[in-house]
Amino acid sequence: MIESMSLRTLFDKVWTAHEVVAETPDTPAVLYVDLHLTHEVTSPQAFTALRAAGLPVRRKDRTLATLDHSTPTVTEQVFGGVPIKVDAAARQVHELEKNAVEFGIELLGMRDARRGIVHVISPELGATQPGMTIVCGDSHTSTHGAFGALAFGIGSTEVGHVFATQCLLQRKPKTFAVNVEGRLPHGVTAKDLILAIIGRIGVSGGTGHVLEYRGSAIAALSMEQRMTVCNMSIEAGARAGMIAPDEATFAYLHERPRSPKGKHWDAAVERWTALRSDPGAAFDLSVDIDASRLEPMITYGTNPGMVLPISASIPRKSDNAAFDKALAYMGFQAGDSMLGKPINVAFIGSCTNGRLEDLQSAARILKGRKVAAGVHLLIVPGSQQVKREAEALGLADIFKAAGADWRESGCSMCIGMNGDLVPGGQYSVSTSNRNFEGRQGAGARTLLASPFTAAASAVTGRITDPRDMLAA
Amino acid sequence: MQPIRKIASKTVVMPSANIDTDQIIPARFLTITTKDGLGRELFADWRYLSDGLPNPDFILNKPEAAGCRILVAGRNVGCGSSREHAPWALLDYGFRAVVSTEIADIFRSNSLKNGLLPVVVDAATHQWLIEHPGAQIDIDLERMRLTLPTGVSAAFPMEAFARHCLLNGLDELGYLRSRLQDIEHYEAAHSV
Repeated sequence: MIESMSLRTLFDKVWTAHEVVAETPDTPAVLYVDLHLTHEVTSPQAFTALRAAGLPVRRKDRTLATLDHSTPTVTEQVFGGVPIKVDAAARQVHELEKNAVEFGIELLGMRDARRGIVHVISPELGATQPGMTIVCGDSHTSTHGAFGALAFGIGSTEVGHVFATQCLLQRKPKTFAVNVEGRLPHGVTAKDLILAIIGRIGVSGGTGHVLEYRGSAIAALSMEQRMTVCNMSIEAGARAGMIAPDEATFAYLHERPRSPKGKHWDAAVERWTALRSDPGAAFDLSVDIDASRLEPMITYGTNPGMVLPISASIPRKSDNAAFDKALAYMGFQAGDSMLGKPINVAFIGSCTNGRLEDLQSAARILKGRKVAAGVHLLIVPGSQQVKREAEALGLADIFKAAGADWRESGCSMCIGMNGDLVPGGQYSVSTSNRNFEGRQGAGARTLLASPFTAAASAVTGRITDPRDMLAA
Repeated sequence: MQPIRKIASKTVVMPSANIDTDQIIPARFLTITTKDGLGRELFADWRYLSDGLPNPDFILNKPEAAGCRILVAGRNVGCGSSREHAPWALLDYGFRAVVSTEIADIFRSNSLKNGLLPVVVDAATHQWLIEHPGAQIDIDLERMRLTLPTGVSAAFPMEAFARHCLLNGLDELGYLRSRLQDIEHYEAAHSV
């Protein structure tokens, strides 16, 4: 009994190491934050609160800001002296530029070669490291859990708390093991896996819990694929998602600009190697998933849990008003087959699927093919570094030859607050993370899928199983 | 922040499950740099037609919704984006409490920090509320009970420290700053 109680999960280890003050029945824990990422949308009110209280940013060295949500992706608006088209977005960008100067924090700004979506650039820089606590005023902060960090989204008031104290008041979440065994079949990606997990446990299945993705199928994923999985933990309602660091993690981080160097690297790897759940450690909840049985997945409704294998038909549900409302919004009928439905837009990008491997996947489909007449394929790299790499590898040429629109990095059409919008009523196969009503623009109808599926559907103009276009 | 002890009001009922924060306040309204005035855009895409006129079928545009301070929503309300603009918009519109069987983590935390009460009730109480839109109910934060007009009263959970702050009108930052010495000790001990 005593022995089993001393067995700890990965989450327990990271949590305990960051308790400045442990929780009591009357007070939450004071939890130390190693890295605070911030962007232009959720920070202005926090800076205002600091200013009102006369407080500085306490640990500037643990704070990293960038611009991603409101920023245009049109090259002329980023680099060419053409004003940002959306006035309010321009104001928000300038507000963060001013706040960064006033409070002395590092901002990877509009024309910085290291700029990009906050959840893409922090791993790229090696700022995201195993065992850290990482927060950001953004729910997709869960992405960084791919490195064995405890990373979660917070609101703007809490952004202010971290600025002022480098800490947060938190109740300890529960733990949830997501065991994924088997091999993902050909053409089935990390995106399909996480959509299948959300379909299984539901959009509130993880509420109050930190997920740990484990098992042979997770160990076989690259770091970029692990980020795709952890990114969408919040779409299952989870506080965070984590994966124990391993050789793939260390290989990814080695020699990154902000990774430890020399003897510090060796010490870090030794420390990071201990960051795994003890064998036999107990989780509050668990689920087992067989990766070998999965297909490409696509959503058909207005939350990420309304998801199907691409060859399936929309289920029939009686007496469910929310289900009927979602289908009415999407313009679908129960019993419809997903394959072959016409689309108008395909979007490849976002913090979920805007990394180099995602673009390589899209290029495998698009090479030597053309986007269907009348379909807009928008491909937006997750960062300026991803953009440069994609251009150096010739991927951008493949995209342009196919008739795709190739842009500067940013959140773009995932959130539609930067001028990149899906017109009302149109269907968009999107590699992003949310198919909520209006997410990609008022009246837009979003179908979440992998980069393979988005690219294949752009080519045919219809929802298409990408395995038909991938050479075995 | 003003202390909060009791809220007594008629309810507005939105029975759909999974009302996400993109519905509560669509992303195009997040370009503001203050917290003010978001009530006008609350539920904008449900509340207004494409020509900008009020959608007469939407609950907040019906006369019986006027002055209601309590929103009863389907389960998992507030899921999705971490935008604190969601509770800011609800408060600016006039809501003081959101009642459901399940409330998403980040939305619940954001609501508590702004004086919007997230009240999680049992399924039977919730069902009664869904079936009786416009019911006059009482929410007592001190006793952590929600009372229906039938006289039936149901307990609801509330995190102890958040409750203490709400009852006394305290800001959580004040408490965090009172632990600065502990934070400095932690940093020294961990060389961070």
